[in-house]
Amino acid sequence: MIAYDFFVAPFIEFAFMRRALAGALALALGAGPIGVFLMLRRMSLVGDAMAHAILPGAAVGFLLSGLSLFAMTAGGLIAGFVVALLTGLVARATELKEDAALATFYLLSLALGVTIVSIKGTNVDLLHVLFGNVLALDDETLLLIAANATISLVVLALIYRPLVIECVDPGFMRSVSRAGGPAHLAFLALVVITLVSGFHALGTLLAVGIMMLPAAIGRFWARDITLMITIATVSGIVSGYAGLLLSFHAGVASGPAVILVAGAFYVASLLFGRVGGLLRQLFPGRHLEA
Amino acid sequence: MACALQFRNVTLGYDRHPAVHHLDGEVNAGALVAVVGPNGAGKSTLFKGIVGALKPLAGRIDRDGISPQDIAYLPQAAEIDRSFPINVYDLVAMGLWRRTGAFGGIGGKARAFIEQAIAAVGLTGFEDRAISTLSGGQMQRMLFARLLLQDARVIVLDEPFNAVDAKTSADLFDLVQRWHGEERTVLTAMHDIEFVRANFPETLLLAREPVAWGRTPSVLTPENLLLARRMCEAFDEHAHECVAEVVA
Repeated sequence: MIAYDFFVAPFIEFAFMRRALAGALALALGAGPIGVFLMLRRMSLVGDAMAHAILPGAAVGFLLSGLSLFAMTAGGLIAGFVVALLTGLVARATELKEDAALATFYLLSLALGVTIVSIKGTNVDLLHVLFGNVLALDDETLLLIAANATISLVVLALIYRPLVIECVDPGFMRSVSRAGGPAHLAFLALVVITLVSGFHALGTLLAVGIMMLPAAIGRFWARDITLMITIATVSGIVSGYAGLLLSFHAGVASGPAVILVAGAFYVASLLFGRVGGLLRQLFPGRHLEA
Repeated sequence: MACALQFRNVTLGYDRHPAVHHLDGEVNAGALVAVVGPNGAGKSTLFKGIVGALKPLAGRIDRDGISPQDIAYLPQAAEIDRSFPINVYDLVAMGLWRRTGAFGGIGGKARAFIEQAIAAVGLTGFEDRAISTLSGGQMQRMLFARLLLQDARVIVLDEPFNAVDAKTSADLFDLVQRWHGEERTVLTAMHDIEFVRANFPETLLLAREPVAWGRTPSVLTPENLLLARRMCEAFDEHAHECVAEVVA
């Protein structure tokens, strides 16, 4: 019974915990595969920059109509898409390196977003925007997160083959089809809607955490992309559940708790991972017959 | 005999600077052509033009009604991300794109094709290996297996035997000859002049402009090779507008 009280009861007794769990699960389902592709495309920091790029848009929504789901989501989506499209176009059309352009850009976005929120809001609002509040998800927000996860998974299934080929061998993709470019843009759009979900649950500063940490965990356990995506998604789900428990029992902030649990899994994978983990590199075992 | 490719006064280049200048001629269907020339002669540029990756600055390339996407192309430095978590089997299977597209399934018949292609390049047993574990020669074998599956009428290979050992290049050249036997059109950029003399019936000697094109013995003469080397002078930053172009 002690185990039941510890692991299950919080979710049975408290509706807000059930909502938080549902939100975390939906978020992890959508974010796992997206994070893996971001990592494999070497765009981990691009995801981070985009999460910050959402902020000014969400902040303008907040300025106009307070903590309204619709206004903040619409503002965030618009800002995110503008950035995603510009980034995609600039990277494809010019010689400019993506990282430098994005670094300046995301610092500006963050500063702009925080300034806009501080014009009207309180420190509580600012905390909400920066770190989200997974324990206070209302029905609409929960639906939004679930809908975004669904869209993500369906669209990803549709563009999966061209996206994988575009990642492995963009030259080959160009030589057999024109689907590579649209697949890349569709993928960037999925990144944005997943980040908007993450923004509501975990805030602008941690939204990327639920995408990138599970992806990095997957990388240490799988040599095959299918398995990597599965591991990433499962570890995202487990982190969400365990993080909420940690938050409940230890009384710490829920968003950071989720990310910290994922971080603990990441450190463990870094050390013990089957594929390129540190211990594996230090003690590879005896080599096999030639 | 039908032409697979026709070049009509084709000029290809970058930023208006021509890298291949005023190329005229045709490649017969089923021909096996070596494209030879010093570094910077425009071989890769010509191939990019053939597969539609580079638009001609002037002139036309006719492909006998087939789209550039139906030409199988092996670039000199494939842009493959070797750290990507994918195995040999799945990468070779990409060659079926023309038949499967983004959504088509890969059934039993397609699987048999994939296995045959992997066997034909001598990589049987490597199906489940991650591509990051392959050597340079095995990598090239894998890319040839993918070319096999593309089943293209026109195949363009940019220096496919560079940086692979003699055994690998001999095995892979067997495939090129098999394609030739199946009356596919094959263009191959080559550096090894002796190998070209021994194995290619037709040669295009390129030095930014075509130096000679025809039967290999009549093309690869000492005079032509010397001429090609001299013609490949540096890229002139301050080149004037091409007079031939202005007059035309």
